[in-house]
Amino acid sequence: MIELKNISKIYKTKKSEFAALNNVSLTINDGEIFGIIGLSGAGKSTLVRCINFLEKPTGGHVIIDGSELGKLKKKELLKLRRNIGMIFQGFNLLEQRTVLKNICFPLEIAGVPKADAEKRARELLQLVGLSDKEKAYPSQLSGGQKQRVAIARALAPEPKYLLCDEATSALDPDTTRSILELMRDINKKLDVTIVVITHEMKVIDSICDRVAVMDSSVVTEVGDVAEVFAEPKSDIAKKLILPELKTVESITGGERIRLIYNGESSFSPLLSNIVLASGVPLNILYAQTKDIEGRAYGEMILQLPEDSRSASRVRNYLKANNIAYTVLEGGAENVGDASKAVG
Amino acid sequence: MSEMLQKLWDNGILQLGIWETVYMTFISTFFAYLFGLPLGVLICVTSKDGIRPVTWLNRILDVLVNIFRSIPFIILMVAVLPAAKLIVGTSLGNKAMIVTLVLAAIPYVARMVESSVKEVDKGVIEAAQSMGASELDIIRKVLIPEAKPALIVGAVISLVTILGYSAMAGTIGGGGLGMIAITYGYQRFNSEIVWICVALTIIIVQLIQEFGMRIAGKTDKRTA
Repeated sequence: MIELKNISKIYKTKKSEFAALNNVSLTINDGEIFGIIGLSGAGKSTLVRCINFLEKPTGGHVIIDGSELGKLKKKELLKLRRNIGMIFQGFNLLEQRTVLKNICFPLEIAGVPKADAEKRARELLQLVGLSDKEKAYPSQLSGGQKQRVAIARALAPEPKYLLCDEATSALDPDTTRSILELMRDINKKLDVTIVVITHEMKVIDSICDRVAVMDSSVVTEVGDVAEVFAEPKSDIAKKLILPELKTVESITGGERIRLIYNGESSFSPLLSNIVLASGVPLNILYAQTKDIEGRAYGEMILQLPEDSRSASRVRNYLKANNIAYTVLEGGAENVGDASKAVG
Repeated sequence: MSEMLQKLWDNGILQLGIWETVYMTFISTFFAYLFGLPLGVLICVTSKDGIRPVTWLNRILDVLVNIFRSIPFIILMVAVLPAAKLIVGTSLGNKAMIVTLVLAAIPYVARMVESSVKEVDKGVIEAAQSMGASELDIIRKVLIPEAKPALIVGAVISLVTILGYSAMAGTIGGGGLGMIAITYGYQRFNSEIVWICVALTIIIVQLIQEFGMRIAGKTDKRTA
């Protein structure tokens, strides 16, 4: 278990102070895939580096399986880091070493005999599906292959935890999907607890169990992905979850509401029912289905008619039938993209 | 061919000059790296964004290197002759020249090494740190191996520079092509000898450059 208690990180320059992290507390349970999402500059990369003390927090405690990192001697800290693998957006492979030697690297540091290290490296190459590339150099690999090697390398010392810092941000959508599948596999098969840092909601909803949303150096909300997805509370969470809905000031018309439904409720009758029961035409601004933890989640943004009587008929119907919805405030944020809606 | 040139060749002076130049250059470069490589790495490692910042040490080394680098070689050479006497017991001849060359080249080599090692991707260093690598592990297994192609290119440039220095050593009692050009060419108004020495130097430099670059290219796995 990783416990972060009141973590602060303040960078001091001669003239000013900048808080990259402000009193952040999180608990990451064993066996889960935990996501941390936020826009760039929110502090998520700093936070993940506090977990293995690549960045020393200026305040608070990092406790991993009961041992507090700030109290460890340097040697103990280096040893503990072998239990926490890490992969990066830029892959960070050793360019002058072959794929096999890259994977052996952490084992060399740990003093594992060469033959054992190479045996382990070959097993891992098989796991990540690159057995034919052991003699290749990183420059001969594609981005996705490089990240696979980086994953194999991070897993070589059999860590309990794996930290992923924007690990898929430099990859195309197909490659991203296959790397995410690999990460899910590793989580299930090897029982590795994974912490994922990302700015992309699709990464969170395709593999994470729980998520923390970060904005300007603080965590604004934490919860199960399905929960946060269905009912984002903070402004930043709403923004991240509805990235497709860009700000369009010029859109006019009635109130917009967001409906969430999961795979168990069938959606098309719901929509038809609303229209039939209230006798009000509805405009669909946006709709999509997401797979969260193996369940289908749909979301739809509807625009209600401008006249308030029709609009309240729809709202009353939703309330009467216990259908959850959120009202999107008009103006600058969360306004549907009209051009997209028409298409 | 002039009479003088013929005589120099027949007496083996020219051949010896070539050999002395090559041998002084390589031996001096070797020893300069023996001290300059650790010094360059140390400057890089202790710098503000290095893997183990030690500000005071870094500042001292940096200033020392700068002082020695800013003294013109021919003056530095004369200045370190007493040190040569202390180390090899004489201030004359090739042995003494090698000592002065090494002392003069160490700061230069240190800067070369520092700039090569600095080029190693910070992300790769961070990855090594995340695996629990100690500073020594990082120096031995990341910084030097990853900078190897750049270090070889640096060594080639250093060789050529030290070869130039070794010619200057001819003015204060060293051997080699520099000495021949000065003693038999310049001082006896025989420009042919000077030009022959220049041509021979050019050939040696070309060979070093060509071989060195080929080795550097072969070692670099980034362009495989």
